[in-house]
Amino acid sequence: MANFYTDNPDLKHHLTHPLMEKIVALKERNYTDAEKFDYAPLDYADAQDSYDKVLEIVGEICGDIIAPNAEDVDHQGPKVENGRVTYADATQVNLDACRKAGLMGMAMPRRYGGLNFPITPYIMAADIVSRADTGFENLWGLQDCAETIYEFANEDQKQRFISRVCQGETMSMDLTEPDAGSDLQSVMLKATEQPDGTWRLNGVKRFITNGDSDIHLVLARSEAGTKDGRGLSMFIYDKRDGGVNVRRIENKMGIKGSPTCELTYKDAKAELCGSRRLGLIKYVMALMNGARLGIAAQSVGVSELAYREALAYARDRKQFGKAIIEFPAVYEMLSVMKGKLDASRSLLYECARFVDMYKVYDDIAKERSLTPDERKESKYYSRLADALTPLAKGMGSEYCNQNAYDCIQIHGGSGFMKDYACERLYRDARITSIYEGTTQLQVVAAIRHVTTGTYLNLINSYLEADVKPELQSVKERIRVMADMYAKAVETVGKVEDQAYGDFMARRLVEMAGVTIMSCLLMNDAQRNDTFRRSAEVYLNLAQAEVTKHAEFINTFAPESIAEYKL
Amino acid sequence: MSLNIIVLAKQVPDTRNVGKDAMKEDGTINRAALPAIFNPEDLNALEQALRLKDANPGSTITLLTMGLPRAAEIIREAIYRGADTGIVLTDRALGGADTLATSYSLAQAVKKIGNYDIILGGRQAIDGDTAQVGPQIAEKLGIPQVTYAEEILDLKDGHVTVKRRLENGVETVKAPLPCVVTVNGTAADCRPRNAMRVQKYKYAASPSEAAALNDERKALLEKRPYLNLQEWSAAYVDADPAQIGLPGSPTKVKNVENVVFTTKECLVLDNNDAAIENLVIELINNHTIG
Repeated sequence: MANFYTDNPDLKHHLTHPLMEKIVALKERNYTDAEKFDYAPLDYADAQDSYDKVLEIVGEICGDIIAPNAEDVDHQGPKVENGRVTYADATQVNLDACRKAGLMGMAMPRRYGGLNFPITPYIMAADIVSRADTGFENLWGLQDCAETIYEFANEDQKQRFISRVCQGETMSMDLTEPDAGSDLQSVMLKATEQPDGTWRLNGVKRFITNGDSDIHLVLARSEAGTKDGRGLSMFIYDKRDGGVNVRRIENKMGIKGSPTCELTYKDAKAELCGSRRLGLIKYVMALMNGARLGIAAQSVGVSELAYREALAYARDRKQFGKAIIEFPAVYEMLSVMKGKLDASRSLLYECARFVDMYKVYDDIAKERSLTPDERKESKYYSRLADALTPLAKGMGSEYCNQNAYDCIQIHGGSGFMKDYACERLYRDARITSIYEGTTQLQVVAAIRHVTTGTYLNLINSYLEADVKPELQSVKERIRVMADMYAKAVETVGKVEDQAYGDFMARRLVEMAGVTIMSCLLMNDAQRNDTFRRSAEVYLNLAQAEVTKHAEFINTFAPESIAEYKL
Repeated sequence: MSLNIIVLAKQVPDTRNVGKDAMKEDGTINRAALPAIFNPEDLNALEQALRLKDANPGSTITLLTMGLPRAAEIIREAIYRGADTGIVLTDRALGGADTLATSYSLAQAVKKIGNYDIILGGRQAIDGDTAQVGPQIAEKLGIPQVTYAEEILDLKDGHVTVKRRLENGVETVKAPLPCVVTVNGTAADCRPRNAMRVQKYKYAASPSEAAALNDERKALLEKRPYLNLQEWSAAYVDADPAQIGLPGSPTKVKNVENVVFTTKECLVLDNNDAAIENLVIELINNHTIG
């Protein structure tokens, strides 16, 4: 009888952010859908009430079904036989519950059978599901791929495939190959056009999450003889057509319920999605941005569970005649965990709202041309979403790993045993900072927003707003951090050496990240006093981090990079 | 084949989460202190109904409940999970009913609905724990009953096949339709609320609820007829006033006590078969076991 939505008031705080009113009005085209669909909202309050009620269903399924199943799923895992994957029994139960509850295709338009939810409440569902079972979040969260079909496929394909996703069919994105991991330009899977306009796929994919899904998005080389990203196109493969088999599934450290497959394509019939040659350079980039936001949500969900497990244990466990939570070494750890959790969650939802803002304009632009003001606004938010996505994914996943580590630490010896959830959590957390682009690659995506000033401008805009008197000192301290960050960017920028720039990139990105998260927690505390403590605790950590990085940059002679080179 | 399915359900105080103030000093339930919920085994029954509907497209599920006007809450709850419609049988004259009067009143309502193939309900409600209402309704309607059902295995050719969960095993029985099936808590849990249905039906209201709504909401009920839940009175179902409510209830509650089990004596047995055998014989003789 647990509900992972209603037991966490922080979620509603983010769901009811002031910007949501605008997002929802745009998404619902001023609530005109209510005339066409009997489940469309009548006004903003009605829409919020619907999100609330649907998230309550998500919370209930997570608390009552998915979370209690997580241990069994972790033990049993999926298996592969004759080229087909069978999920763990409890995974099947989880999926069945999500389907019956109509939680597939949540963000898809109503005309395809979706709920037309903005990204923000959808991402909130991902956050909740991940807390229940991180691996299951993948299977459920791959409904994201429908977004790519919606954005780039033709109307006939949308009608055929998106409605199936909304009915509960699962998806996968088949990108990685044995020799094409982070470097997707090297994808080799061969696509050959047929006289009837369909395509045949031949080759191998590896590390494909949920690789035996019903509907696959496949990146393949459509232009024979090419070697780079411009020869790659995106295809839709329908499992009903056959031709793709699962050769094996990986034996992984964590997220064991989520089958990671090696796939063989033997003359597999597929259809082109969008235009030729845009597979990697346009569609995969869009797909990845969506997926990265999903991993950011997954990370926050893990952080949440890590914090809760650690807190419960620290209150319960008695040593030296008192609960261990009474000891400063322990309560500091817990408060910092909460600070990181709250900071990464605030960043996640700020990013989700920005994504909502530009995507909704993109969608409106399909129906009518945008006004100059709308175009400007769309561009503004698109840039911010692009800037915050790698931060939310990169830093959120690092924080979730840190929280999972500290969760075990608080459990002491018991945490090292298989008896507590924290050991599973620790294994599950590890992948978040690797897949959909490692933390190092998030830095690569983020660094241009350091050099072009996107982050600094955003920080300054946060600092322009008035805050209540009790937050004044917080704001002043953030201003000091912002100055240190700006100075560090300048220092690094002066050195004209690519290797040195790359070497310092993560430090600069982290400085920007912690400063932005400090601003966001200040804003949360401005709106809701329960965030005051986290704002203060996180600020202490963030300021020390910024100072540390600044010190490193200031004292580092660029030529000493040679000492590091192996 | 499409079926007309009736699910009997009751809104009950959540006796599973009983706090200190759950009972008043006079021994009656303090309803204010306990949240009102969908009787758990009625949810198991609803799931069986929904499975029948899944297997027989075009079927309709009508939830029938007797209680206070607020019992419309469980009708919405059932609709969110897939039921089609619902009726609250509510009337001051129905108050204070025991199982005899309740089953009479509900049987009258079933007759009013008229066309039905199967009636499903929970084995018993957690507030009274009698398990009598379902069987009594079957008797009053003159149709067969299957109790302690765990799963409806099959429904075809005018018969239903049901797996029953009994104290010491399972039994599979077949009954002609229409019949009453009461479902055990060991049956499959009810499916979750459906996101789309929640959004579609969240403003559904009974006439008593509608009376308290603002004009905007009332207008919506007019615009969307499917949002109007039905409320039936005792007179509407042609109930004989002498057989309903307190007058129709021969059961009189004399006293309700809060019984707390405590250990009074302790018996230490010798470590041999004879001592154990003597104890078993004693327990059989005093009817503790057997």
